[in-house]
Amino acid sequence: MSMELDVFVGNTTIMDMEVYQLWLDGLTVSDAVKVRMDEGALLECEANAEVLTSDTMDQFRTFQMCERLLHSPTKLGSQLLYQIPAQNQRILIERYYEFDSVFAREVLGKKLSKGTKKDLDDISCKTGITLKSCRRQFDNFKRVFKVVEELKGPLVENIQRHFLLSDTLARDYAAIVFFANSRFETGKRKLQYLSFQDFAFCAGQLISYWTVGAVDSMMEDMDVDLEKEFLHELKDLKVLVNDKDMMDQHKILVCAALRGKIKVYKLMEVNFKNLSRALINLASKLTHTKDVRDLFIDLVEKFIEPCRYDRWTVAEITLFLTHYTNAAHCLGTFRYQMIWDRYMGVIKSCILQMYHE
Amino acid sequence: MPGKLKAKIVAGRHLPVMDRASDLTDAFVEVKFGNTTFKTDVFPKSLNPQWNSEWFKFEVDDEDLQDEPLQITVLDHDTYSANDAIGKVYIDIDPLLSCEAATVISGWFPIYDTIHGIRGEINVLVKVDLFNDLNRFRQSSCGVKFFCTTSIPRCYRVALVHGFVEELVVNEDPEYQWIDRIRTPRASNEARQRLISLMSGELQRKIGLKVLEMGGNAVVGYLQCFDLEGESGLVVRAIGTACTLDKLSPGTAPNTTTHTNTHTLPNTAPASNACNSPSKDSKEPVFSEDPPHPLSGPPTPLRTLPSSSPPPFSPSKPCSRQSSSSDTDLSLTPRIGMGSGGSVGKEAGPLKTLLRQHTQSALEQREFPIFTLTCFPPGFLVHVGGVVSTRSVKLLDRIHNPDEPETRDAWWEEIRQEIKSHAKALGCHAVVGYSESTSICEEVCILSASGTAAMLNPRFMREGCLDTGGSDHRLSRQPHPGMVGSERGEGEVSSTWLGFEDASPPSCGFVHIPYDEFNMPFPAQLTYCYHCRRQKVPDVLFTTIDLPAEAEVTGKGCLIQARLCRTKKKAQGEVNATSISNLLPFMEYELHTQLMNKLKLRSMNALFGLRIQISVGENMLLGLASATGVYLSALPAPGGIQIAGKTPSDLSYDQHISTMQKRIDDTIAKNKELYNIHPPKLFTLDPEAFTGLNTECIEEVVGSPIPDRQRSSRLFRSTSESSDELSELDLSHGKKDAFVLEIDDTDAVEDIQSLLTDAPIPAGFYSCNTEVMPGIYNWTSGLQMFTSVRVYRLSNANLTNQGLNKIFTDLCENLLKSLYFKLRSMIPCCLCHLNFTVAVPEEELIQVAVTAVAMSFDKETQQAADKALTRGSGENEEQLQFSMELCGESTISNNQPTAKPSGVPESAMVHSSRVSSSERCSPLPEGRSRSLRSTRSLPCGAPVTVVKMTPLSFLPGTRIVKYLGIINMFFIRETTSLREEGGVSGFLHSFIAEVFAMVRAHVAALGGNALVSYSMKECVFMENPNKNQAQCLINVSGDAVIFIRESDQEAIPPLLSSRQTSSTGADGTT
Repeated sequence: MSMELDVFVGNTTIMDMEVYQLWLDGLTVSDAVKVRMDEGALLECEANAEVLTSDTMDQFRTFQMCERLLHSPTKLGSQLLYQIPAQNQRILIERYYEFDSVFAREVLGKKLSKGTKKDLDDISCKTGITLKSCRRQFDNFKRVFKVVEELKGPLVENIQRHFLLSDTLARDYAAIVFFANSRFETGKRKLQYLSFQDFAFCAGQLISYWTVGAVDSMMEDMDVDLEKEFLHELKDLKVLVNDKDMMDQHKILVCAALRGKIKVYKLMEVNFKNLSRALINLASKLTHTKDVRDLFIDLVEKFIEPCRYDRWTVAEITLFLTHYTNAAHCLGTFRYQMIWDRYMGVIKSCILQMYHE
Repeated sequence: MPGKLKAKIVAGRHLPVMDRASDLTDAFVEVKFGNTTFKTDVFPKSLNPQWNSEWFKFEVDDEDLQDEPLQITVLDHDTYSANDAIGKVYIDIDPLLSCEAATVISGWFPIYDTIHGIRGEINVLVKVDLFNDLNRFRQSSCGVKFFCTTSIPRCYRVALVHGFVEELVVNEDPEYQWIDRIRTPRASNEARQRLISLMSGELQRKIGLKVLEMGGNAVVGYLQCFDLEGESGLVVRAIGTACTLDKLSPGTAPNTTTHTNTHTLPNTAPASNACNSPSKDSKEPVFSEDPPHPLSGPPTPLRTLPSSSPPPFSPSKPCSRQSSSSDTDLSLTPRIGMGSGGSVGKEAGPLKTLLRQHTQSALEQREFPIFTLTCFPPGFLVHVGGVVSTRSVKLLDRIHNPDEPETRDAWWEEIRQEIKSHAKALGCHAVVGYSESTSICEEVCILSASGTAAMLNPRFMREGCLDTGGSDHRLSRQPHPGMVGSERGEGEVSSTWLGFEDASPPSCGFVHIPYDEFNMPFPAQLTYCYHCRRQKVPDVLFTTIDLPAEAEVTGKGCLIQARLCRTKKKAQGEVNATSISNLLPFMEYELHTQLMNKLKLRSMNALFGLRIQISVGENMLLGLASATGVYLSALPAPGGIQIAGKTPSDLSYDQHISTMQKRIDDTIAKNKELYNIHPPKLFTLDPEAFTGLNTECIEEVVGSPIPDRQRSSRLFRSTSESSDELSELDLSHGKKDAFVLEIDDTDAVEDIQSLLTDAPIPAGFYSCNTEVMPGIYNWTSGLQMFTSVRVYRLSNANLTNQGLNKIFTDLCENLLKSLYFKLRSMIPCCLCHLNFTVAVPEEELIQVAVTAVAMSFDKETQQAADKALTRGSGENEEQLQFSMELCGESTISNNQPTAKPSGVPESAMVHSSRVSSSERCSPLPEGRSRSLRSTRSLPCGAPVTVVKMTPLSFLPGTRIVKYLGIINMFFIRETTSLREEGGVSGFLHSFIAEVFAMVRAHVAALGGNALVSYSMKECVFMENPNKNQAQCLINVSGDAVIFIRESDQEAIPPLLSSRQTSSTGADGTT
């Protein structure tokens, strides 16, 4: 005797969110049944293995049928096929678009193309995430990217409107889209210690302060690209290292403010010019796409690593960068206050996020 | 007379991509009614076209309006080749033809294609201008309301019950026409869908005509079925109960509210509506030509004229009376069904015999004194005899002339006659809870009919305009004052009895035997009623109806199933039919024995909602009997089951038997605990809570003749006959003194096995196949209707009967287990209206389909409610009346503030504020999350209306304010890429989901937010995995309604308020 057909259809679609997670994790039906058994599902309702298998199969089929709708979440709310309470709809969408940050870290900054998709089995091996789940996550990245790429207006809001995601998740996606678009270098060995959340934070900063949308929300342009004009103006900051007087005065001001306040004062005093030069050079180079891509590796190599070598604490770096930024305002001849603040604000918060003691 | 049908195509959304090159679609729409077709413009290159068309107007006969559906086809324009069809929408215009139903159809409909399923949605607006039709010689029957509900619909009250209506239409099945060989599967499916839609429209119109002819205005318990007879044709048949219904005017609606929202209360005896019921002037103007109501000359709703000539409704007709309906009837039975006040109770009443005479005379002149209702207005049902059923095996041959469906008509006529005569044998003049079904395999067809023999109150047949008593009288366990009359009127009642009676009015009338005690139609053990002590009752009662509201039940009920599988040799024609009809009586007998055993094992004494289905396959017969077992307090406690061996010499054998016996006894004890069945005597231990039952014990002391409680069982008569002149079988084993199972008997071993292998229901679950579970009162709004289908392949062809039985039983048990597991999040919950359908679609395949609704209830308040109830039953009538009114007021006042803010007056709700009303009515989780959704801008417009579906006639905690019309839909789905669609399971899963979606869309478009009395009457699944093909046909029906939710606030306080009001009520009278 064998079961030829076995279906259960409710007027309100029944969805077990625990099973949903197993499905999202890319488990096969039999693996999912095993997991559920281990979690004690058999104790409920006097179930047996047969019942559990039937239920799991049915749930998996339901999710599979809904998957098409999840690709355009706004449809889920207006479609008539499945009556799903709005509460559940939200959970369905949110969970479907949730991703493993380990996976996201691997893909970050890579081109979301077929080529990358082929590498997914490597990533699957490396991260221990099932290939099926990797594919779903990758396809989600790609789908979101494709939809918002050409859209005008704030990136996060665009993602939220089209994919009905929560604020946090939409911000993470914004970071992924931003990185994929600008193709920032994140794969170098020296950057390996940085987590997805570190990069996501930096991306948030860049989106908030360095894009066109950041200055003028009325501008009908995209959040995805950094503002060209701003990057160009950054060249003007070179005066801080090229003008020797200004550099010296800057150093004096910073040293005065920090004396006795940080342990690494001595080292700071010695290294000030190097550090300052590193930050300013970085700014002036950003007109080249290649250098924009290398933003993070440069930050690490030119600033974070030296500091770490000298065993700065986060608090010390915070103090240094604060005074370093403020001191520039006191330089009488320095005219680029606005750009300076816009630049240093982001750089400071990025460095602080990326500096792991 | 003509009417004008207007349709407007507004927009489409989510259309499929029809042009691969551009990933877009150039869609346009064809709107067709009858032979007229209109087209919209092409809306180029869009998946969300906005046609916003003009109003397409069709001027048509109302006859066509009833028969034809509006057909909307969405196509993709193609300049060079033929236009591709995207899909279709069929809209039944019927709900727009009755002025009491919907006024406009407007909404998003899924665009359906029989090959691809749902492909996008289309927004349509449909209206009808119907010219007032005064011609009574017409062929149309617009305005007659149809209800699938098998009780008097809420928000109506019954003025008259006219009786049985039936009709049958036959046609050739397009699937078997020669043209089918050359047309595409899509064209063939569409032809079939369209034909069936036409046929059911015609059928409904014809039934409507019959109703008008009888002087009614509605059909209740409308049951329409399809017989796919294959080569020999397609039969669409329907039965129903013609009634004259009065709509309760909005002013009286709060009255109904009282009953709905306080159904947990014992005090709100719905029957008391008789006094504060709405006046008769609430009639709708359209029916003003109908015979004037009650008292002013009752018309006898008999079919006096041949159906071929519909008589004009002359005003003289109401005055013409049948000789039998004398005035004495009115004077003699003033209290029957109306005795709402205790004051009338003390008068001497008519004798039982007299009563019988009346009802008989009124009923017997009808062709068929048959009613499809399963739930009745209080006082309607006087006595219940038992189940009557008939089966007949027929050989199908081609229907030669579709216009003369006489053969099929004659078959059913024969069966109904037989049912009628069976009822007569049980001393009953009517059959209630009646239904008909067929099972077809190749050219053999089993026609089955079953019902419950009963004595009815004749007042309803003429003018007893009793109220239905609001919506939930079934939920109230309170004894009905309305029932009092029939029993209280007995001449033999002494004054001492009357004293007791005031304290606890008998609610037991319906279980009293209708037949003559000394001339019983079958051997039975009679005892005096455990409730009133005056009338004889049987020891076991089987019925097909729902549990009457007035019935007193001890403990809770449960689903009881008997399952049986019998192999049969493959044969052709006559031989096959004979062998089947030879098997039938044995199957009935065994199913019956199983039911009886299982009933006893659960320590119960009555079955309600009994439904026995026998399905025929090529090489086997399947029998499935489902019913809800209960312990009726008025019937004697059932004896246990004793096992006896034939060879008592063997010691180990004895031991075996005694262990068996012990297991059975243990199970019985366990079940008693599980279902909370404690015979009334135990109740006296708690005098405070069970005062009402105290009287019973006093009675016993008084010394009424209580017969010994015997360990015996009576078999009710299950008459089974086949057309092949089988001698009638006496199935009873009531002659045996004790209920003994002989273990040597292989059948008995099997019985015991099946008895003891029935898996226990997981904690927190209850199940029944009736509308609601006796013993559960405080439902929450948690509701989940579902359909589950399973098909098993029997791998081994040489299975024995026993092996087959085991497989079949396991199949059903596992299915139930899966359901419990699936619905575990709803615990505590009850699966209501569990409806199993079995079929043998192919050799070695068994298909089981289940449709039911899971309803959760509140556990905490349950016990309190139980207490309140028992307590309430002890109150006397005056108190009840009084507290009733108080309750009513308090709930009204409670109701007002919650209902007002929404600002949806009843009339407005239908039109503009549809969404808001439905949203408001949506259950909590949905309602709560609504705010979340609204904060976001959805590009695709307004959120989808939540539509609830239930096989029950009501939704707990809500009030149905309007019936919008019947939904009756037939769909075919076919695939040639079965594997790609996820195999058979994937295919059927999505098809059922699609059917639900289309039903919901139609309900929503009518302005409704729920479908009640939903049923899936047909689910025929065929597959051919080798060809990667499958086909499925589904037929669903139900009543579209608008409900409004009683506020949550009210759902809890009634318990408290009930106590308060009842106590104040007592104060007031003492």
